[in-house]
Amino acid sequence: MRSVVRTNASLIWLLLCALTIVSWALGTNHGFGGHHLPASLVIFAVAVFKVRLVGLYFMELKMAPRVLRGLFEGYCLGLFGLLTAMFVFA
Amino acid sequence: MTDVIGLSRSADDADRNASHAVQRHVPGEPGIWVLLFGDMLVFTVLFTVYLHQRGARPELFAESQGALNRALGATNTLVLLTSSILVVFATRALRRPELRYLARPLTLAGALVGACFVAIKAFEYHEKIAAGITPSTNEFFMYYFVLTGLHLAHVIIGLIVLTVLSTLARKPEPTKTHIAFFEGGACFWHMVDLLWIVIFPLIFLVR
Repeated sequence: MRSVVRTNASLIWLLLCALTIVSWALGTNHGFGGHHLPASLVIFAVAVFKVRLVGLYFMELKMAPRVLRGLFEGYCLGLFGLLTAMFVFA
Repeated sequence: MTDVIGLSRSADDADRNASHAVQRHVPGEPGIWVLLFGDMLVFTVLFTVYLHQRGARPELFAESQGALNRALGATNTLVLLTSSILVVFATRALRRPELRYLARPLTLAGALVGACFVAIKAFEYHEKIAAGITPSTNEFFMYYFVLTGLHLAHVIIGLIVLTVLSTLARKPEPTKTHIAFFEGGACFWHMVDLLWIVIFPLIFLVR
């Protein structure tokens, strides 16, 4: 059992849980002293970073052929650009 | 002689490490990635439409968001992350003959934890409907129910997939195709997690 659990993905899971708590704290009223725009942009950045971690370590795209990994990295980059641009400018 | 064996072992290890370093692998059947990227793109379009609508009425969206239970949303994120890591462990166990017996219980544990998401979501919907909040209340709640409802449908499909995978995990000697099918199903479940990682902050947190 120990050799199943002993993987980078376990550490990534801990990091993902911690980041979820950080985003939740930022998203409530006490995030950034009530300044919603910077807090929201940080929340989006954290969300896309988490998406990337799930893709690379849980879906194992870190060791996928470069084209597949590149597509996923491109998706993450596009998602972040789209979310922040639509949030700020729409 | 020991030195010779030692040297030869080191050389073997070096070769194994070198080949491991460049050994890239498509998780699952390649075709599953068309489905996964397609699904992710459809949700991304919905995220864009939601933000576009929010841009037209930011006050209404911010005020309506205040009625959501953020603690439940965060709990559901932790639930899906935990379910996902259990499925990661199950995949690792399936690949190793000596640990294969763990694959089925780990997959079922992942499905069981994943089912908590459905229970929490049902409670959340009940809370809203009891308070008189429905998709027709306003534009924000229409998008709230559509996005979370579509995602919930994916969770339910994912739970069915995990149940199928748990049957597959029972095989004492799975073929490469079986393992690829398991990896593809696991990736679908991780995608369900990935989508919620965006939906939760988008609908519950940013304003």
